[in-house]
Formats: sequence, structure tokens, C-alpha cells
Amino acid sequence: MQWDIVIGLEIHVQLATRTKIFSGSSTAYGAEPNTQANAVDLAMPGTLPVPNENAFRYAVMFGLATNAEIGRRSMFERKNYFYPDLPKGYQTTQLAQPIVGPGHMDIDLPSGDTKRVRIHHAHLEEDAGKSLHEDFHGMSGIDLNRAGTPLIEVVTEPDMNSAEEAVAFAKKLHSLVTSLGICDGDMSQGSMRFDVNISLKPKGSDELGTRTETKNLNSFRFMEQAIHHEVERQLDILEDGGRIVQETRLYNGDRDESRSMRTKEEANDYRYFPCPDLLPVEIDDSFIEEARNSLPELPDERKARLMEEYDLNSADASTISSDSNMANFFEEASRRCGEPKLVANWLNGEIASRMNQENIRNIALAFIGPDVIASLITRIKDSTISSAGAKKVFDALWTGENDSVDAIIEDKGLKQVSDTGALETMVDEVLASMPEQVEQYQNEDNPKKRKKMLGGFMGPLMKASKGQGNPKLFNEILVRKLGE
Amino acid sequence: MHNKSVAELSRELESGKISSVELTQQFLDRLKQEDGKYNSFITVCEDQALADAKAADDMRAAGRATPWTGVPFAHKDIFCTNGTRTTCGSKMLENFVPPYDATVAEKFKAAGAVCLGKTNMDEFAMGSSNESSHFGAVTNPWGLSSGQKRVPGGSSGGSAAAVAARLVPAATGTDTGGSIRQPAALCGISGLKPTYGRVSRYGMIAFASSLDQGGTMARTAEDNALMLNVMAGFDPRDSTSIDREVPDYTATLDQSLKGMKIGLPREYFSDQLSPAMAEQVRNAISEYEKQGAIVQEVSLPNAKLAIAAYYVIAPAEASANLSRFDGVRYGYRCEDPKDLMDMYTRTRAEGFGNEVKRRILVGTYALSHGYYDAYYLQAQKVRRLIQQDFINAFKDVDVLMSPVTPSPAFAQGEKTTDPVAMYLEDVFTIAINLAGLPAMSVPAGFVDGLPVGLQIIGDHFSEARLLNAAHQFQQATDWHLREPK
Repeated sequence: MQWDIVIGLEIHVQLATRTKIFSGSSTAYGAEPNTQANAVDLAMPGTLPVPNENAFRYAVMFGLATNAEIGRRSMFERKNYFYPDLPKGYQTTQLAQPIVGPGHMDIDLPSGDTKRVRIHHAHLEEDAGKSLHEDFHGMSGIDLNRAGTPLIEVVTEPDMNSAEEAVAFAKKLHSLVTSLGICDGDMSQGSMRFDVNISLKPKGSDELGTRTETKNLNSFRFMEQAIHHEVERQLDILEDGGRIVQETRLYNGDRDESRSMRTKEEANDYRYFPCPDLLPVEIDDSFIEEARNSLPELPDERKARLMEEYDLNSADASTISSDSNMANFFEEASRRCGEPKLVANWLNGEIASRMNQENIRNIALAFIGPDVIASLITRIKDSTISSAGAKKVFDALWTGENDSVDAIIEDKGLKQVSDTGALETMVDEVLASMPEQVEQYQNEDNPKKRKKMLGGFMGPLMKASKGQGNPKLFNEILVRKLGE
Repeated sequence: MHNKSVAELSRELESGKISSVELTQQFLDRLKQEDGKYNSFITVCEDQALADAKAADDMRAAGRATPWTGVPFAHKDIFCTNGTRTTCGSKMLENFVPPYDATVAEKFKAAGAVCLGKTNMDEFAMGSSNESSHFGAVTNPWGLSSGQKRVPGGSSGGSAAAVAARLVPAATGTDTGGSIRQPAALCGISGLKPTYGRVSRYGMIAFASSLDQGGTMARTAEDNALMLNVMAGFDPRDSTSIDREVPDYTATLDQSLKGMKIGLPREYFSDQLSPAMAEQVRNAISEYEKQGAIVQEVSLPNAKLAIAAYYVIAPAEASANLSRFDGVRYGYRCEDPKDLMDMYTRTRAEGFGNEVKRRILVGTYALSHGYYDAYYLQAQKVRRLIQQDFINAFKDVDVLMSPVTPSPAFAQGEKTTDPVAMYLEDVFTIAINLAGLPAMSVPAGFVDGLPVGLQIIGDHFSEARLLNAAHQFQQATDWHLREPK
């Protein structure tokens, strides 16, 4: 039997507010445990929550960027359950009246098509603390630094039909919230976490199958693996005539295994009710307009402009616009050197691969700046250096060894020799030392093979010029001399 | 000195006849000597009080005195006090020392008042007799001479007993369903529950957040006004406190009551009220008529639903509010937990008393899946109807008057085995909390030698009007000055 895969996502996005959603503690990551938890975060008796206006502003910005209705009157509820890293014994969240109503986001598919994914709603809530199970013999440690960090939970409709689409949505969302500046996007620090709802149904059927929820996936790769894993698991059961149990599952990415966390029957009764410590929040037109005016250029808008203004192809424009720091870098470098296509090549080639290797998520944290890459490209264009030389200059720039392109060219002696007289002498000498190859070349009629044989002379020529001969000029001289 | 009001003590201090250190020492000595009979204090802060008194004398010498500077008083042990243990009457918080002050505590400190200690109360403010305290029952100073130990009411029973026994001239209280007014009535003192949102709840340990309100307890209306002058006001740390100007509540005490329209809710003079109680309340109302007030009957048709609605809403909120007492971060933790579930269950089973557990169970049930609509939501709808009743009544009258309790102080142990009989103690007070209104209890006579209270209920933010009405009554009567023998 053929099956359709149906996927919906719930995504927790940590908002990049300076302080927590209901207290004045810092939200900065990585401090000593419990040094960023005040009396409110610790749920000391008598303490009360006061909402952070910026969290609302960021949520509204998200809503506007996803074409959503903004909840003019939103309300907080208490979701009751006991857990050691949940200090109050309830999470303050939104259920009946969330801040962001139905919206949507379009994703690019590998086929080149776009697909619209509907967003059911997004609500504001507080993050929990962390339980630490290592380093405490027979006990657990509790770190409440994260408790009270503002989140928006984005809940999609079940509109995705493959792991690729789900990942494309997740990446697009990542690009959106980082471009908006409402989330730092650092997945390794838990800034975005995914829950994936998956079900299968007979191909073409209108009726949805029973779904499972795989919780707390914190990278695109794990999310993709987990979806493949869960689809396979469900497929095996269904193909054997079995039934899917509605349940919450945990996926172990390191082992590519999943296990049931709890079934529907074991699910908590969260006993939601309106939080009496917080009044409903009314959002007025001026607040929304202010948020609208503070929206930066969104990734889709920027992609269109990069294609228009810089004549980039769709793929390059997509990659660059998905990361606002990258896009800023691109525009600055292109303005300086006037070679957008080359800047795009460097960004998507050498720079992307080095960032990837070294796990650098923000280009602004690399040693190399847009002004520097622009000078490098200028020196390639004016033939001061060869492309081989440019790689060496880049290495020196990347490692922070030096930040002046010209100084590196000077220090490393990478300046190309373009003096035709000197180059001709070198060609003459090399050809004289390789009579057999010269003869073979001259007896060859196939132009492709001849071109290949030219390469055989380039090595010795570059050696003779200590790597500084202009390869383009060498080539011209060679062709001319061998043809004589 | 112990018979003097806050206003009088303030004048004594201002005249220089006595220093705060001397005054504080006198009250501390009396407290230590007398409180064995009442058990009205959980914690006495002798050293801190004397240090504060010294600071108050310095403050006065520096010309920065307020009416409260150097005047002794006490806090109900529900208000967190920085560095002084705050128990909320529970084993759960027996050793809890907050590293912060409640906003109310902060304000009294800033005014230079001298806190002598923390008064006894029903555990987590759940009770109407002060018998649910982990620190023992409080005995009402009234009726002791007849040899019978009576309850002071609750949950602010310690504060009420301490003020009635002249251990302090004033004490803070909190009122969720009658917890200021009922003990004030049973102990023969004056108490005011302000409008919801008038006094900050920050640092006041929550029982039912949408109903809890801090308030004032003293012998005279004037002292209640002086207290409210300190306590009232917007607090950016409490999202439910209201940003509205605070008048000087003493400024309007002397206004005439001529032409004031008083409504008597028919439903509050029902057969639940004994004839003797009804007589005392009606006598008090006659005094108002003498002063030129106009009395008419009004109806609160949904008042009879108040207790039922309250005992869904308050426990529901409490069930969530008390979840934080889990043994993880502070407070009581059971011995040698074998795992997390064991720690949770034994900590809470051992740390909470029966009445608290009963209400957590009721509240948890009311919010459960499948019951929410039938209980919690229904109760909220009823709450709106009750509010509407009051709004309608205040279209015709300025204040409402009624009894505070169905009967005077009952004997200790009399109702402890019958929770519903205990809940009916608040039959005349609970609707006011559901509607968020201000109300006072004022001493209005005696039945069998025990004090009877008159309840004066006002529209939102009419505290000045209530205090004025109470003060004018006290200018013509001396019930509030009677001292228990």
C-alpha cells in the first residue's frame, strides 16, 4: 500500500529579551547555575509575575511577519504539573486566547516550487529550568537560570508531507526569527526546540491517521533523522496490519532510537485555568503599528531584492537572504568591490565551508569582514594575485593572522608576475627542457587532448616562476609558442 | 499606654513624653506577659523591634517623622518580612526566612512603624476559627473570664486577638472570604478589607489570588484609616494592583452622614441570623438613622450562591498556588526521600494540615478534565451574577449594612469536625470578596457578653466613605473601646 506522510510541528522559540518574561532576571546563557534566578523565578512565597512588554512586542513582530492575526486580547493560563525544574508547580502559558492567531509561511521546495504551511497559532509562555543528572551522586541538581525565559510556541497545521518539507519549514522559521532579531537562533543552547507530530494515511485518503509526537529535537539533523525513523516505525506497524498508539515519544539522535514517553491514557491532566495573577493583555493599534514599523526587511523580501539589485540566481539569493548577517556582509562587500557574483561565490563556497567546519554560526564572529573580502576580490580582478594565491591570502585572513590583503600578498610574495618579457623567457626555457612533450603536443589533433596536455607545462612554469607567474598570460604565451 | 490608639500614641511620641524605645519596651513586656493566654503571636521580634524603635526615634529627631514613626504594631504572619521567619501558620514554612519584604511590610518600615512580631493565623489563611494553625489555636480574649476558650475567628485571628487584648494597637490582616472582618467582629475590633487591587499583594503569601486582599485591623476607624494611608497604592510588582490616586483616608472621617443612603440586603437578615444578633445590628443601624442617614431594603438575589461559588474558585486557585511547596527549593522537606515521587508526596502529606489538604483536593477536582465547565466555569459565571447584584444595589444606595457573622464567637473545637458549619461562618462576608468590594467590620454591641460586628459594604474604592461611616458611629458609641476582662 502507498502511504501519505502527514507532519505538523510545534516549535519553541526562545525570545531574545534581555530579561525574563515575568521577572527582571537576566536571560543570558551560560552563567553559573542559579545565579540568574531571583525570588520570582524561584517561586518564593508571595512573589508575583509582571509581564515583560518586549516579549509581547517580539511575539507581535512574529505574528506580523507570518501574516497572522494578532490577538487583541490575550490571556495567560496556568498549566499545572509537578516537576523539580518547574518552580511554581505550573507553567504560565496561553491556551484559549494566544497572542498570535492563524498565519502562514511559504517554504521553498527542492523542486523549485514553493509551498504554503499554515500556522495554527503562536503563544507566549515561560521556559522551565533544567534538571542536571550528572555530577550529583544519587541526586539531581536543579538550575533555574533558564526558568522564566520567554518563549513563543509556534504550532503549525499538519501541512508538511516529508522530512525535507519539515526541515525546510524549520530552517525558514529559524531564518525568520533571527532576521527579526527576536531569537538568537543558537540551537546548541536550546534557542529553538522542535516537537514533531507524525501520522500516516493511505495515499489520497482524507482521513488523518493516529499521530505520535516526538519531543524536544534540538537540531535540524536530529529532526530529519527522527522523522525518517518515526515514519519507518509507523510504516512497519501499519504494513503488518497493526495500529498506531497515540503517544509522546523521545528520540535519541546519537543512537537513532526512540521510545515511548507516555501514551494518551497516561497523559497529564494539566488543569488549565486563567492565571489570576495576570490580567488579560489588550494590544492596541499603536502597539501593533509600532511593531510593524520596527520590522526589518524579511528574508523573502530580501531574496527578491538581491536577485533584482545584484543579479543573483535564486539559489544564491535564497542562501544569502536566509541569514541576515550573511546578507548584510554580502551587500557591504558587493558595494565595495562591485563584484556581487564573486562575493556570492566566496560566501557560499570557501566562507560557508570554513564556518561549517569550525561551527561558526554568525559570520559577524569571523575574523574576515566585508571590506576585507572586497579587497581580496579586487586584487583577483586586477590580476595582482592568482586564484591559488587568493586561497593563501584567504587562509591568512581567516585565521586572523593579518587583516590587510595587500600586506599578506607582500609578506607571502604572492604578487603575480605579469611582465610578458620575463614570462616568455620562462616559457622558452621550460619548452626547451621538455622536447618530447612539445612534439607530442604538436602531433595531437584532438583539441580537447591538446588542452589537457597544456596543463603538463603549467606545473613546471609555476615552479619556475615560484608560483607568481600569471597563469592566464602563461597560457596565452604557451599556445602561441607551441603553435609556431 | 496599652489602651491608647495609634493616633494617640503618635501624639504621645510627637510630644516627646515617651520615646519609641520606651513605648516598644512596654508593649514587648506586656506581650511576653500576656500572650500565653491567647497564643496570638507566632514570632516575637524583640531585638529587631527595639532596633527599629531606636531608628524611629532618630528619624523623629531628624524631623522626618510620619504619624507611624515609632508606633508599635504587628504583621499577620502571611506577609513576608526580610530576615524574619514567615510561616503562614504552616509546618511547611516553619523555618522559612524570606530574603525580601512584602510591599506592605516595606511601606510600614518606610513610615518608621515598629513591628513587634508576626501574628498567628489559620494555616495558609484557610479557616474561620484560627484552629488550623500549625502553631496552635488562638484564644479570643472575650469570654475567657467565664472560663470558656472561644475562637477569635479566622484566618486573621492572631491579629484580631492581639489588638483586642491590647498587645498591639494595630495589626495587618488579609481577607479572602472574611478573614479580616469575621475575626474583627468576634474580637470586638474594627477591620477593613479594601477594594481588590487597592493594597499590593506582593510578598503576601497567596491563598486565592483573585480574592486575597491585605487590610487593616485596629480598635478605631481612625486607626484603620491611618493604616490604610500607609498600605494603599499601586505596586509595579503586583500586576493586579490598581494605579489610582490614594486619598488621605483621615481627611474625610469627620464628614456628616446626613442624607447617606444605607441599603439593608434582605438576604443578609435571614433566619440564619439569631434574633439577638439581628437586634444588635438593627440597633446600630438606628444610630445611623439618628445621624440623618436614610435606610432602605435592597436585594442581592444571588447572594445565597456565594458560598458555593467561593468554595470552587478559592480552592481551585489555592490548589495551583500551593503547588510550589514541593520540598525542592525551600520550606519543609520530608526525611530521607527515596525518590522524587516519595519526596513530593511525603513532603506535602507531612507539611500541610488537614484543612489545607482538603482544599487542595477540592480545587484539584474542580479543575479536572471533564469537571472544569461544571464547577470552575460555572462558579465564575455565578461570580459575575453576584458582582452584578452589588452593582445594581449601589445604583440606589451609598453603602450596604449587614451583620458580619451569624453568631458571636463560638467555643474552640465546636466546629472543627464539621467543615461545612465552619464555612457558613463566612456566609455574610464571602460575596464581597467575589465582587472585589471594600467592606468593614465595626463593633456594634454584645450578645451574651460577646462582641457583635456590623458590616459596612461600599462600592469599589469607597474606603474613605466606609471609614467615615465607621468613625461617625464610633463618635456616638463606645463598643469599640470596651476591653475584654
